[in-house]
Amino acid sequence: MLRVCLKGANSAARKCLCGNGVPLHPLQQCRSYTSGGSGSSAGKIVAASVLTVGGGVGGTILYANWDPKFRANVEKSIPYSDQVFGLALGPAAPPPVINKPRKVEPVQISSMSEMWKDSKQPKAKEVEKKAEQPDAEGPPAPAPQETLEEASAQVAQILSAIGEVPSVPAPGTHEAEAVPPPAALKGVPAAAAKCTECEHEPAVKERPEGEVAARLAEQDKAEQDLLTSLSSNLEDALGSTAKVTLQAIGAQEAALQAIAQHTRQLREAMEAEAPPDKKSTQWRVLEDALSERSRSVDEAGAAVLKAKAELDKLRGVIDGAKHLKIAAARPSILAAEENLHSMVVDLDSVVTRVQTAQSEAKIVSQYSELVNEAKAQFQKELNSITPEIQANWKGLTGKLTQDDLNSLIAHAHRRIDQMNRELAEQRVREQIHIDSALEQQKLEDKKALEVAVSTALEHNREQMRLEQEKKVEETREVMEAEMRTQLRRQAAAHTDHLRDVLKVQEQELRSEAEEANPEQLKETEYRRLTQDQLDSFTLDMNAAYARLKGMEEAIDSHVIAEEEARKAHQLWLSVEALNYTLKTAALNDPTEPLEGAVQAIKESCAEDEFAQALATALPSESLSRGVYSEASLRARFYAIRQLARRVALIDETRNSLYQYFLSYLQAMLLFEKAQEAPPAKLSAEDLDTFKLLSYAAYSLEHGDLELAAKLVNQLKGESRRVAQDWLKEARLTLETKQVVSLLSAYANAVGLGTTMAP
Amino acid sequence: MAEEQGRKWDRCLADSAVKLATGLGVGIVFSVLFFKRRTWPVVFGLGVGLGMGYSNCQQDFRSPYLLHGHMVKVSKSHTS
Repeated sequence: MLRVCLKGANSAARKCLCGNGVPLHPLQQCRSYTSGGSGSSAGKIVAASVLTVGGGVGGTILYANWDPKFRANVEKSIPYSDQVFGLALGPAAPPPVINKPRKVEPVQISSMSEMWKDSKQPKAKEVEKKAEQPDAEGPPAPAPQETLEEASAQVAQILSAIGEVPSVPAPGTHEAEAVPPPAALKGVPAAAAKCTECEHEPAVKERPEGEVAARLAEQDKAEQDLLTSLSSNLEDALGSTAKVTLQAIGAQEAALQAIAQHTRQLREAMEAEAPPDKKSTQWRVLEDALSERSRSVDEAGAAVLKAKAELDKLRGVIDGAKHLKIAAARPSILAAEENLHSMVVDLDSVVTRVQTAQSEAKIVSQYSELVNEAKAQFQKELNSITPEIQANWKGLTGKLTQDDLNSLIAHAHRRIDQMNRELAEQRVREQIHIDSALEQQKLEDKKALEVAVSTALEHNREQMRLEQEKKVEETREVMEAEMRTQLRRQAAAHTDHLRDVLKVQEQELRSEAEEANPEQLKETEYRRLTQDQLDSFTLDMNAAYARLKGMEEAIDSHVIAEEEARKAHQLWLSVEALNYTLKTAALNDPTEPLEGAVQAIKESCAEDEFAQALATALPSESLSRGVYSEASLRARFYAIRQLARRVALIDETRNSLYQYFLSYLQAMLLFEKAQEAPPAKLSAEDLDTFKLLSYAAYSLEHGDLELAAKLVNQLKGESRRVAQDWLKEARLTLETKQVVSLLSAYANAVGLGTTMAP
Repeated sequence: MAEEQGRKWDRCLADSAVKLATGLGVGIVFSVLFFKRRTWPVVFGLGVGLGMGYSNCQQDFRSPYLLHGHMVKVSKSHTS
């Protein structure tokens, strides 16, 4: 492409030069032609290259947008690409965090809690049913309570751990609390009943005392609770009934008052002959009184009903309390019953009073009705006779004629006759009526009497029953006190009897002991003397024996010391042999196998643990094959060094053939000191392969195989692999030498030790 | 260990030589039989042989450092 351009340029230059005389037009033409030509091809080239580069960059960016790993790779390898990417795509997204499914768990736990709640309710019901059955054991009631509480505690733990605190445990525990008390209530009386039955059966085994005491305490507590609840119930009921009864009585009294007033007013209205206008007001007042009376009577009736209902309720409560059969509650029950009784009596008396007042009022109203009727009748008759006369006959005196007057008088006479006849008839009938009325009255009186008698009888019966119960209570208390005193007396008698028996026994035993005594005293005296003799004799014997033993030990220790000395000598000899074998190494061959010498050591110090341990600490290779000497290792080192230098660049990441070529090049071109003194502390830059090798060479030349081995150990990568063999050999040699030196030191020490007196 | 490098190089060179020669041979055959005695199959065969030899050599030198790993799928029960 370049040649084409050059050719084009040359031809253009030649043409321009030779075209000096040619007019401007072709020059321009040819110039424009050639420049256009070269320009177009150059332009094409430029355009094509721009397109390629742009396409490459764009493709890279697009792919980086799609694959974040590719983007990271490119950013690592090409500098400033991260900025380009940042401009084009925005910052790289961080790696996605794994979202643990935490949301799922609370939902599950809440559903679990629902299950717990549901499962608890049937459990509570089961507990109730179980407790109602007559079991001999009270424990089923506390055990379900415990499991319920445990379950609720577990649920509470789980829920609190997750972080939610629903109100599930609260109803659970509330239920658990509500269930055991009624269960206990029902269970305990049943248990108490069963307990008394158990006592009668002789085949039942005796319960342990603690259990009985606990059970009694339980029962007492339950009774106490019941008592308090009962008394509170009774008080409440009593209070309410008293209030209602008082209200009823008050209403009845009010009704009584209203009735009495109404009756009185009615009678007044009947008997008094007031002028007509006052009469109308009187009638109105009367009507008011009547309405008042009816209202108060209704009120009284309602109050009485309410009071009766309350009284029935109270009676029901008292009966329930009586069913529970608790002795201590009896006085309060009795008092409640008395109250009830008195209230009933009061109520009945008031009701009867109201009824009598009502009957009186009826009589008076009937009387008033009759009077009104008669008046109306009279008025009608008067109107029929003298139709033209109006009702108001005060103003009539001047208008009446003689005839009218006569007729009026005649009518009046007739009327009087009629009245007289009627009166006579009435008198006769009256007698009969009175007789029949008396009969009826007698009957009614009898009935009322019977009713009154029966109610009085009832009341009396109640009273007597209450008194009887009171007396029963008292006698029971007295009996209990007496029984207690008798039992106490019996217990006291028992202790006295025991004390007497014990005293008698003591006396007998003492007399027996004293009889047997005098003979024994002589025997003990004799025995003591012989024992003293024996003791002195044994002491002498022991002393002699001890001296003998001492002498024997001294002799033995001498023997032992000699033995020890011999052994130490032997050990020393064998260690020396081992040392000698170490020196047999030829230049490039290892020593002889050390096995023989080590075996000799082991035999010579069979009892010496330290030496045995050391002998076994020798590496197995040295035993079987022998170790190389320092000299041979030194010689080998130089070959290793060359090799290590050559592969200095190769390690786990760089190990292609190209790297090998580079490494070889480096080894050829890099010059380091043949030997360099290693510093006391190695810094990071000292860990370069070449430096390490020169340090190691220096230490080897100065006889420090150990330091050389340490330095060679710092090599990395392929150099290390190459030096591995040498390192292993160096280690073996070092180990063996160390063990052998230890052994010889030990042998020397032991030898020294045995020459001294034990 | 120290001799291993030498041994590897020996192997490598021998192998490369063999492959080169084989490539040349196959190239010549193909060139003569199918491609009308052009030069490019021969060159191609030589290149192939050299490439294979190079690759083998590299693999041999790399063999101590090659790691063979395998993916372990974590089962669902160990999500935490």
